[in-house]
Amino acid sequence: MENLEQLVQDGLTAVKNAESLQALDQVRVEYLGKKGVITQQAKTLGKLSAEERPAAGQKINEAKGQVEQAINARRASLEEAAIADRLAGESIDVTLPGRGQDVGGLHPVTRTLQRIEQFFTNAGYSVERGPEIEDDYHNFEALNIPGHHPARAMHDTFYFNPGTLLRTHTSPVQIRTMEAGRPPFRMICPGRVYRCDSDMTHTPMFHQVEGLLVERNVSFADLKSTVEEFLRVFFEQDLQVRFRPSYFPFTEPSAEVDIEWGREADGSVKWLEVMGCGMVHPKVFEHCGIDAEEYRGFAFGLGVERLAMLRYGVNDLRMFFENDLRFLRQFR
Amino acid sequence: MKFSEKWLREWVNPAIGTQELMDQLTMAGLEVDGFEPVAGEFSGVIVGEVRSVAPHPDADKLRVCEVAGGDEVVQVVCGAPNVREGMKVPFAVVGAVLPGDFSIKKAKLRGQPSNGMLCSESELGLSDDHAGLMELPADATTGQDMSDYLGLNDVSIDVDLTPNRADCLSLRGLAREVGVLTGQPVQEPGLRAVPASHDQKPAIVVEAPAECPRYLGRIIRNVDLSAETPLWMVEKLRRSGIRSIDAAVDITNYVMLELGQPLHAFDRAEIEGGIVVRLARESEELVLLDGQTVKLTPDTLVIADHEKPLAIAGVMGGEHSGVSERTRDIVLESAWFEPVALAGKARHYGLHTDASHRFERGVDYQLARTAMERATALLLQITGGEAGEIVEVASEAHLPQERQVTLRSGRLNAVLGMAIDAARVEDILTRLGLDIVDSTGDRWTIRVPSYRPDISIEEDLIEEVGRIYGYNNLPVTEPVGSLAMRPKPEALRPASAVRNFLVSRGYQEAITYSFVDPKVQEILDPEREGIALANPISADLAVMRTTLWSGLVKTLEYNQKRQQPRIRLFETGLRFIREGDQIEQQPMLAGIVTGSQLPENWANGRREADFFDVKGELESLFRLLGVGVRFEAGKHPALHPGQTARLLLGERQVGWLGTMHPQVQKKLDLNGTILMFELFLNPIVSGYVPNFKEFSKFPEVRRDLAIIIGNEIAFADVDRVVRDNAGERLTALRAFDVYEGEKLGEGKRSLALSLFWQHPERTLNDDEVHELFNRVIDALQKELGATLRS
Repeated sequence: MENLEQLVQDGLTAVKNAESLQALDQVRVEYLGKKGVITQQAKTLGKLSAEERPAAGQKINEAKGQVEQAINARRASLEEAAIADRLAGESIDVTLPGRGQDVGGLHPVTRTLQRIEQFFTNAGYSVERGPEIEDDYHNFEALNIPGHHPARAMHDTFYFNPGTLLRTHTSPVQIRTMEAGRPPFRMICPGRVYRCDSDMTHTPMFHQVEGLLVERNVSFADLKSTVEEFLRVFFEQDLQVRFRPSYFPFTEPSAEVDIEWGREADGSVKWLEVMGCGMVHPKVFEHCGIDAEEYRGFAFGLGVERLAMLRYGVNDLRMFFENDLRFLRQFR
Repeated sequence: MKFSEKWLREWVNPAIGTQELMDQLTMAGLEVDGFEPVAGEFSGVIVGEVRSVAPHPDADKLRVCEVAGGDEVVQVVCGAPNVREGMKVPFAVVGAVLPGDFSIKKAKLRGQPSNGMLCSESELGLSDDHAGLMELPADATTGQDMSDYLGLNDVSIDVDLTPNRADCLSLRGLAREVGVLTGQPVQEPGLRAVPASHDQKPAIVVEAPAECPRYLGRIIRNVDLSAETPLWMVEKLRRSGIRSIDAAVDITNYVMLELGQPLHAFDRAEIEGGIVVRLARESEELVLLDGQTVKLTPDTLVIADHEKPLAIAGVMGGEHSGVSERTRDIVLESAWFEPVALAGKARHYGLHTDASHRFERGVDYQLARTAMERATALLLQITGGEAGEIVEVASEAHLPQERQVTLRSGRLNAVLGMAIDAARVEDILTRLGLDIVDSTGDRWTIRVPSYRPDISIEEDLIEEVGRIYGYNNLPVTEPVGSLAMRPKPEALRPASAVRNFLVSRGYQEAITYSFVDPKVQEILDPEREGIALANPISADLAVMRTTLWSGLVKTLEYNQKRQQPRIRLFETGLRFIREGDQIEQQPMLAGIVTGSQLPENWANGRREADFFDVKGELESLFRLLGVGVRFEAGKHPALHPGQTARLLLGERQVGWLGTMHPQVQKKLDLNGTILMFELFLNPIVSGYVPNFKEFSKFPEVRRDLAIIIGNEIAFADVDRVVRDNAGERLTALRAFDVYEGEKLGEGKRSLALSLFWQHPERTLNDDEVHELFNRVIDALQKELGATLRS
């Protein structure tokens, strides 16, 4: 049986020397196959006595196991090497740009409008829209701006004929919404507005958002918090906000809203006007058939481009409507 | 309204600095727009006296003067044409520094020593006038510092008044406001009646009492209008932005600034008969003070004599009847015109004057007489003369009635959101001049003074109290409201879903003007006329868009000219269509695409975008929105006749997709292949709510076939024939290849199709599929003349 040990040693050497899966298989056949040299050792068992046979058989099995184990291990390592080889040939340059469509982007005005709409819809406001070609009644009369009113001069109006015009503000949507429904109201109306004015700081079309809240019990103090909170979430800053008495025919009391925007050379707060607001004028309620003794309301209005300019550092209003791709792509 | 701070402080002088004063005004609703020093910054300038003037030996235009005022009399060389012996002028001595950091040194001019400089107004930063030396009154104290002499330690403050605050268009009104804000008393200047010293009276007839409820006239005889306006008045006017003209005009302007009442002075000699206040007659003409001739419209109120109009009431006087140096007697006018009657009149004639600005907003209807007396007193003081009696024509029926307004404390507190102490409320009201005529503890009845036409309802009083109390002293509370949910139809997709989809497909959103160039629109949409603006801002923004393409093609052009070869744009917004006498304002979605379909790189190649790229994108959009839009061949004037699809939802046309017509493209000067689409937004965002259906667990069977058909047969026809014949178990039909080539023959193409069948409850057997497949082939052959491709 010394022969068996030698056979195992020879087998292990052959396994070690097998350089391919094919060669390894030949070694397996040579040693462990039906006619393999180790398998053949079993035939010698017949010559042994019944007492000697089990021990000898076990030895042969152990020898087979030893070689088989070596073959398996060698096979695993050869397979692994083969895969590594294949993968090495399949590597790509992952830094090359990918294939397919690029993304476009939203216009900065739309982006700003979406943010504003989100803030207010989250607070339970609805979003209302109205016509851009308006009648004189909804744009002026119903908002307490009769024909002779000096405030009309503040609105450089585009006309089609004496009774038909391009809305100069989104406030007519207030009127249309109140005419169509019943209080309470909590709404904003975003959209395009038009003024016959064009220079460095004016474009003949721009965007406004008008807000209106009508409830049984609402006050100027509520308006203040709404405006302040909006400005703080919009700019994501704990800004100082101040309310300055002003005049709009459709609100009374009326205020203009300034935000803190940097400091003057002497360290005092630099104020920047950003919005107008006030308590709904009883005349406006009257035009909409709402009892001003029963309901009160506040309204506010803001210029979208103005807020977008401040938010994104845009320094020329006119760029919003040139639609230069080099401008637009900065907002996607 | 621009005014001098010093002038204001003559009326009311709170112990606060300029900045604090301006802040308080702004925070009370009288927004300070800006301020500027009333002169440039200078030092070392004194009142000089020209002792002698001699010609310069070597220069024709220069004079050699002896000037007193400094430590000694010195020689100064001067080039000003108006220099003369005895005159008093601002004198910059050696060592003086003039505005612009200009130092005065000893110098020699053409050989003659010069020790200082005589100054014009512009050299001191007082005005742009550099025609000659600034002549000072003879009584100026020689040697006095100019800043002290002119009181130049002053600023001009510009307040941007809202149209309701006509009462603050005067020093008196501003002073009243400052008095309330600072708790300081207000000093009125001496306002006394001037007794008549002759008995001549103007004849005044008011034919239009509704438009002119009050008219006052007075004759002032023997005035000397060559009299100089005193420097103090010139300076106050200058610091309020008004140039000195002559004594009469300066005085009327001065009183207007001081009290708020516009006045007018006529040359009595030019008035035929008497004054008639009436509406203009058809095609009457008037040459105005500014020299322009206007054709009056009959709704214009004029001041006329018995022959002709003399002035547009409350707007501007006529040239003919205006005062001049030769005027001996003047008729002074002080009136109250109904604001509504005057509204827009100045603008109609292209005018805007200090008078019209005030009358349109509302002048104090009780002020006319006081202002007339004040102006008379000043005239007599400055120009001499004798005042006659005032003639007043007033129509009580047309004058505003004295108003009373009630303020309830409950309402006040509810609107402002806090309870304000009753004593505080009363204090604010009283100081504003709002007399409390009745008070019950929780309500006050107020008599509105004639100078506050803006106060007519309770809210106006609430605003006054809030304003003076300080908006920023009012509390901040969160509004409380119902938490009711709002309906939100699931089938209705928001426009943002459309935008976000297009953005993810590489489209950039644009926002273009709703008014467009009619010439461009005519090319794109020749069958419709855009609704024209009556007053467009320019010829290329003159009509409302009938298609969003009108703006997008301009944006395309703009970007192509800036080296952007690959452009994918979309826009949403209204288009404006005239339908009979109605105007339809329809929300649209439009897009425009040119350049390579994918951004050019090693993997994407540079294939130009074509019809099917954009169609595929729209199909994906429609699937996202859940709408079954069909595409049919169509014709559109802006689109290539062979590459145009009408988009249909049911039987309704919802849009167009196509390649821009080459002729259109040429006219618009655009490059490359351009794809365009435009859709009605409302129908395509109205999708559906999903409704689950059981799906089959059994295998799907696929059969492919290739047919040759004539080019006139559309895929849609093939699709229909297949679906009509493939039985109800057909689940899908796909065209996987389209081929045209010489081998097939002229006008023919081959189409390769895959058909899929599946049964919900069992496996389909070969025989039944085979039978359906053959039925499809037969029908394609019979109905469309298709031949099977081997």
